[in-house]
Amino acid sequence: MFQTYQYPEFDYQQSEEQSAGQVARHPVVVIGAGPIGLTAALDFAQRGIPTVVLDDNNTVSIGSRAVCYAKRPLEIWDRLGCADRMIEKGVEWQIGKVFFKDDLAYTFDLLPEDGHKVPAFINLQQYYLEEYMIDACKTSNLIDLRWKHKLINLTQEGDVVTLTVETPDGVFQMEADWVLACDGANSDTRKMVGAGFSGQFFQDRFLIADIIMKANFPTERWFWFDPPFHRGQSALLHKQCDDVWRLDFQLGWESDPEEEKKPEKIIPRVKAMLGDDVEFELEWASVYQFACRRIDKFRYGRVLFAGDAAHQVSPFGARGANTGVQDIDNLAWKLKLVMDGDAPESLIDSYHEERAFAADDNLLNSTRSTDFITPKNEASRRFRDAVLDLAEVTEFAKPLVNSGRLSAPTPYQDSSLNTADESSFGCKVAPGTCCTDAPVEVKGKDGWFLNQIGEGFTLLVFGDEDASDISVGNVSARVLRVGDDIEDASGTLAERYDGQPGTVYLIRPDQHVAARWRYFNDNKVEAALKTAIGGA
Amino acid sequence: MYLNLNRNLADPDGFYEYLVNSQRHMNNEEANRMNARLVLILCNQVGDMDTLKAAIDMASDPKKAM
Repeated sequence: MFQTYQYPEFDYQQSEEQSAGQVARHPVVVIGAGPIGLTAALDFAQRGIPTVVLDDNNTVSIGSRAVCYAKRPLEIWDRLGCADRMIEKGVEWQIGKVFFKDDLAYTFDLLPEDGHKVPAFINLQQYYLEEYMIDACKTSNLIDLRWKHKLINLTQEGDVVTLTVETPDGVFQMEADWVLACDGANSDTRKMVGAGFSGQFFQDRFLIADIIMKANFPTERWFWFDPPFHRGQSALLHKQCDDVWRLDFQLGWESDPEEEKKPEKIIPRVKAMLGDDVEFELEWASVYQFACRRIDKFRYGRVLFAGDAAHQVSPFGARGANTGVQDIDNLAWKLKLVMDGDAPESLIDSYHEERAFAADDNLLNSTRSTDFITPKNEASRRFRDAVLDLAEVTEFAKPLVNSGRLSAPTPYQDSSLNTADESSFGCKVAPGTCCTDAPVEVKGKDGWFLNQIGEGFTLLVFGDEDASDISVGNVSARVLRVGDDIEDASGTLAERYDGQPGTVYLIRPDQHVAARWRYFNDNKVEAALKTAIGGA
Repeated sequence: MYLNLNRNLADPDGFYEYLVNSQRHMNNEEANRMNARLVLILCNQVGDMDTLKAAIDMASDPKKAM
């Protein structure tokens, strides 16, 4: 197994604090060097926060767990300077086909809109993704990656978190102002703070098999309900890079996970699916079951939760890692402002407010997909089959087919950080929504709008309206004028933001809209900025 | 309410005969599958979510919904 990928091994190094036997205090310690923990380290470092990352292992993800990465996380990684390699290595796709029994029931096309820097979706093995982020972390002197460091206990008193950590050299203690737990669905940190983690558990099992084959299947997502090669269950075929293909077989609750993992059991399933004459090799296989659960509070004092440690979804729709990356996008700038004393500590509570709202949206979508794929009783199965029967011959049933609703960012429409519109706008980027990209020109060169925002707060101004930078304490919103700082030659930006002359957007450091107006008024911008940093 | 629970079928006996005859040759499973398709087709015809919810609630417990 693993013929296409050489697993890197990262050296364990004893930290100075452990060898000196002196307890050191750190601004933030991240638990877990998976996709979410690494994204956190990169975002914290980019905002100037020295970050220690602890991981109990010393390599990247064993086997490709997450596969599909959506546009918004790619934009976040682009802001952090590590998306290029992912996009270059990854497989872009936009067509999905759904088969029912012997027939094609439904085809969808993601139809990515032109004029965005990053693609709608890429498929990439999780180990590549992690490797690229680790390489990026190594270029930052603010990031301290510590392998073979296992968190074994955690206590909080006042504003100090004390961590007890085990390494090959024994047990030592460290202190942190903040701890971010990105240690996955089985998070030990979550247990250490006694957090609740509840939701729905599904009685079904799935086999994932990554195979290497040089077959000419198109780069499309193929999903089968009740196919002739796997009666009564569902199956999935999706391409990754290096001629690796992800196969997914629904097995049912009665199946034996240990038995199903054996190659002699898997190979006949794959042959039945692809045909006897297709040559392939098995790269990696795993049997999983899933739950849709969420932590009760994303914040426990000075301990914060992100990614699967905070919310676990079924894999249909690629909503796991993609959501977790957006947790970090939301948290990093808030933590920086609070650490610097530029925003009240209560700003951190808006992390729970906004990301729990997003998690609930993801859980809802994921649960609905799962209910379609794994019907709870015979009546549900009949409705499901009726939808698939009708989707072949009618338009109306097509949108009812649910083989996974693909990850899209959840607008924080009711967030306490938003300032409500007072005028009407003919576009989708309402307060609480993440900004849409557009091609722009910067100093005579082609560029992208999202690359012009994201450090601090931005005041996007259309037209000649008088406008100036606005500050609340040490927090400033910097004017970015269309027609001066950036050029919108194609008119795409104006179209996507309904940018009539005079229009002003207040944009947060995570590229989300906080407020917008049809004119510039310094008092209103100041009030909105104050609201967006938690009412300093 | 949105649900029309008054008499709306011009030919009740003719309608009922057509419905039952359509399933006369079917076994239970085939008829159940057809019913599922019929529900979906009619729901799409109605379209309005409030009306559909009222109908679903009515069907799941006729006495309670009244």
